[in-house]
Amino acid sequence: MRGYVAQTRAEVTMTLRRGDAVLLTLGIPVLLLVFFSLVHVLPTTTKEPIDFLAPGILALAVMSTAMVSLGIATGFERSHGVLKRLGTTPLGRPSLLAAKITAIALVEVVQVVVLVPVALGLGWDPHGDVVPGMVAFFAATVAFAGLGLLMAGTLRAEVTLAAANGVYLVLLLLGGMIVPLSKLPGGLADAARLLPAAALSDSLFHALGVGGGIPLESWLVLLVWAVAAPVAAALTFRWE
Amino acid sequence: MPSAIEVTDLVVRYGPLTAVDGLTFSSEAGEVLALLGPNGAGKTTTVETLEGYRRPTAGRARVLGLDPIADRRALAPSIGVMLQRGGVYPAMNAREALRLFAAYYEDAEDPDTLVERMALRDVGQTPWRRLSGGEQQRLSLALALVGRPRAAFLDEPTAGVDPAGRLAIRQAVRELRDRGVAVLLTTHEMEEAERLADRVVIIDSGAVVAMGSPAELMTAGAGREIRFGAPPGLAVADLGASLGAPVTEDQPGEYRVATEATPAAVAALTAWLAARDLPLADLRAGRQRLEDVFLRLTAASPERRDR
Repeated sequence: MRGYVAQTRAEVTMTLRRGDAVLLTLGIPVLLLVFFSLVHVLPTTTKEPIDFLAPGILALAVMSTAMVSLGIATGFERSHGVLKRLGTTPLGRPSLLAAKITAIALVEVVQVVVLVPVALGLGWDPHGDVVPGMVAFFAATVAFAGLGLLMAGTLRAEVTLAAANGVYLVLLLLGGMIVPLSKLPGGLADAARLLPAAALSDSLFHALGVGGGIPLESWLVLLVWAVAAPVAAALTFRWE
Repeated sequence: MPSAIEVTDLVVRYGPLTAVDGLTFSSEAGEVLALLGPNGAGKTTTVETLEGYRRPTAGRARVLGLDPIADRRALAPSIGVMLQRGGVYPAMNAREALRLFAAYYEDAEDPDTLVERMALRDVGQTPWRRLSGGEQQRLSLALALVGRPRAAFLDEPTAGVDPAGRLAIRQAVRELRDRGVAVLLTTHEMEEAERLADRVVIIDSGAVVAMGSPAELMTAGAGREIRFGAPPGLAVADLGASLGAPVTEDQPGEYRVATEATPAAVAALTAWLAARDLPLADLRAGRQRLEDVFLRLTAASPERRDR
């Protein structure tokens, strides 16, 4: 237990110490939120852009922490032999994994605490039910963490760095986070709907934005990714 | 009572490559055992099998009577590991790393004391990635000690370390031995093995070529040969005829005369060289340096030395 607590503290400290991680998890989401809610250039479908952007940027926050930040950090830990070295300490893999999950959750709490007041200050007027939104938030965290670890456990650290950032950019554009899926060309929009990013932003949009339930299709896509990605990561992960 | 570290007929293969080929040795509590061998001899593979990172293809490895893989959880609190490189978060400093590792163990050493002992106080706040090679090695060793291990595995502990750092590392190894810890270390430097180890196992191509205390290894064959250094390419047959004993050139410029090292034999050798105006680089009789033993024993496979 003491090992788990110390490991969690170390994971959070190391994340906050990485400038790229802070930029990615807080800087870019805040910047996008503020900029695009003040400069009305996005083809958003709501009356006020912020009502579309706020849930979209919360989805982006999940993706940046659980997939990109976790994936890059774990990839470099693997290449620096940190994971290998921890393997011969009494910490154990379950505690290491638990510490990483807790650290992600804590960083996400920080993101929510920063992003929600900013969004409210920009005029966000949320409706709906927080609980399904939180469930979707959690399921997406699991799915994105699985994707991040899938890359970290199979690719070289430098490749993981590039791949995670590349996937991040693609999912930012195709994930219904800043550009509504309805504005994408038909075929592209259909494909995008099967990705975890769009499923999460759609879930949060319905749960927190416009009110009303989360569409079944988004639930299904989220759940499939939340099961498939961690399983794939667990089956392929190489520790050194 | 099983030995602290036991390796029995160990074979480890990576695909077609045989890294360890039928290795057997054991080590007791309170003993420093050095695995000495050229690069690619199988030292790291052997150590990593004992640490539980590699699975034996055949044979077995036991640490404190436990199987490193099957009994990993039971064994982890009792072993200290120093990897050949890396193992620490690049952005973490020495004090943070030691405090973190101390939290993994029930009865850990005080991290601040270890910082002092390993002479890391001045760089205690410096992130790992900005430490020198020697400082990284010392921190790595400190992390192996923080859990008060009963068996410690140190892979090339003094590689890339400056003389002052070597002193700190040697001192730490001696303290481990005095506390009854079984220490297994690897090195390809004869001098380190000679200074650090109670017993040396010389391996090459994954198999034992010799073992014993440094003194035993150095006196084996003592008195029955004279070794000397001179320009390469001497007429060894002619020299052998005049000395009445066979002469071999082991390495270019390194010669061995298979005869009792009597004053008369030495005088005959120097007279032969003097008659031809040849310089004598060095002359050794009796006790050999461990390096001589090592070079002679591993000379059969010189192609491995570059791996």
